[in-house]
Amino acid sequence: MKFVDEFRAPELIAKAGEEIRKLADSDRHYRIMEVCGGHTHAIYRFGLKDLLPANVELIHGPGCPVCVLPMGRIDDGLSLAAQPEFIFAAFGDMMRVPGTHGSPLEYKARGMDVRIVYSPADALKLARNNPEKHVMFFAIGFETTAPSTALTLVRAKAEGLNNFSVFCNHVTIIPAIRAILDSPDMRLDGFVGPGHVSTVIGCRPYDWIAKAEGKPVVVSGFEPLDILQSIVMLLRQLRRGEAKVENQYTRVVPWEGNRAALRVMAEVFELRPYFEWRGLGFISQSALKIRESYGTWDAEQRFTVPGIRVTDPKAAQCGEVLKGVLKPTQCKLFGRECTPEQPVGALMVSSEGSCAAYYNYEHRKPITIANAATR
Amino acid sequence: MCLAIPGQIVAIDSQNTHLATVDVVGVRRKVDLGLLQDELPVPGDWVLIHVGFAMSKISEADAADQMETLTMLGEAAAAIEEVRGYGLENEIPDYPPQRWKQ
Ligand code: SF4
Repeated sequence: MKFVDEFRAPELIAKAGEEIRKLADSDRHYRIMEVCGGHTHAIYRFGLKDLLPANVELIHGPGCPVCVLPMGRIDDGLSLAAQPEFIFAAFGDMMRVPGTHGSPLEYKARGMDVRIVYSPADALKLARNNPEKHVMFFAIGFETTAPSTALTLVRAKAEGLNNFSVFCNHVTIIPAIRAILDSPDMRLDGFVGPGHVSTVIGCRPYDWIAKAEGKPVVVSGFEPLDILQSIVMLLRQLRRGEAKVENQYTRVVPWEGNRAALRVMAEVFELRPYFEWRGLGFISQSALKIRESYGTWDAEQRFTVPGIRVTDPKAAQCGEVLKGVLKPTQCKLFGRECTPEQPVGALMVSSEGSCAAYYNYEHRKPITIANAATR
Repeated sequence: MCLAIPGQIVAIDSQNTHLATVDVVGVRRKVDLGLLQDELPVPGDWVLIHVGFAMSKISEADAADQMETLTMLGEAAAAIEEVRGYGLENEIPDYPPQRWKQ
């Protein structure tokens, strides 16, 4: 019962579970997608599925930045970094993600200058401290991290630090949701909206999901109670035949988002005509590229990028899992060839990837909140 | 990387006013305030930090909640490791964590 005492308000959690059972129409099967990988992690960690009736199914969405990056982009970034006097800097999450010839960490073991940074500002600092080298920051993430990369580029330009560049892989969440809704094999009833992305973009960008697609969206926090409350709010809307955007995470997410962050993003980035996502294929206007006015600091404008495209290993079903069409355990490699210790796909690397979350919590079956609530 | 880490603004850097020292459970590091330039925080305010940048202002109670959430998610240690890893110049030494244990 190790984790049990850490949960806050187990009575409220039990109550929310009850409320969900009451609201869910037994003749209906609900498919609710949690967009954000942070939610996926929380759902597995707390065993929230055990609190839901069988006809309320949670589908894991594409909101794990490391997972959606196609392997070719990693290969591209690493091949650029093979130039002499080059430093490849990236967040720790990237370090174990496999490219065709190994992960950044394995390249490091073979002698490449690979550095973990916790902030793009620190990659810039590396450039400042190593004027004889070129530092390339391998940028990943949704709108949560994109403003920080943008502001770092503004600072690099102001300082005139020309031995610094960004290999930009920033993606935007809305087109990915649209792609999922457009895919014919997917039927969804509503969305648990991402928490931290929404601190930047606010709640308005989800409006079309409610208005045009007729599906409710509830932006949610990350605690067990937050997620369950969001499911209650979604089921209430569905019961009343409504579809609107609601904000459960008001303590952190302002309805309008962060305007200063959006401004700096607009200053530095523009939309790419299209970008490849693992599992979802090419999605138009789904990613950010660096504007020409910041071209000096854009690795893609500055160097020749090979533009490598590789398909995932044949038996690996990362794409299907990412789309929510298959469960992690339905991939033949799950738990055999592919484990967190020896990942084949990125979904097994990141703690936000559904394969890793499923492996760590479901596969090994820890104490769950369901036990706690009924204790 | 997707962690949102609560911290309290301790002091604004006198030379670089877009930088501030924050305190995250006793670990003190510099973060960039540029994404909050529309309503710059002042010492004593609480913020959520993403990858070395203050991203939103929050209340003290919500900051405490957020730290508990990280603890529940098993991510508190990773969050503190991340903050320790922030490399912007620090003149203020760490002191031992007090309020929340890792
Ligand atoms: S188990 Fe591994 S290979 Fe299979 S989908 Fe998950 S990450 Fe991909």
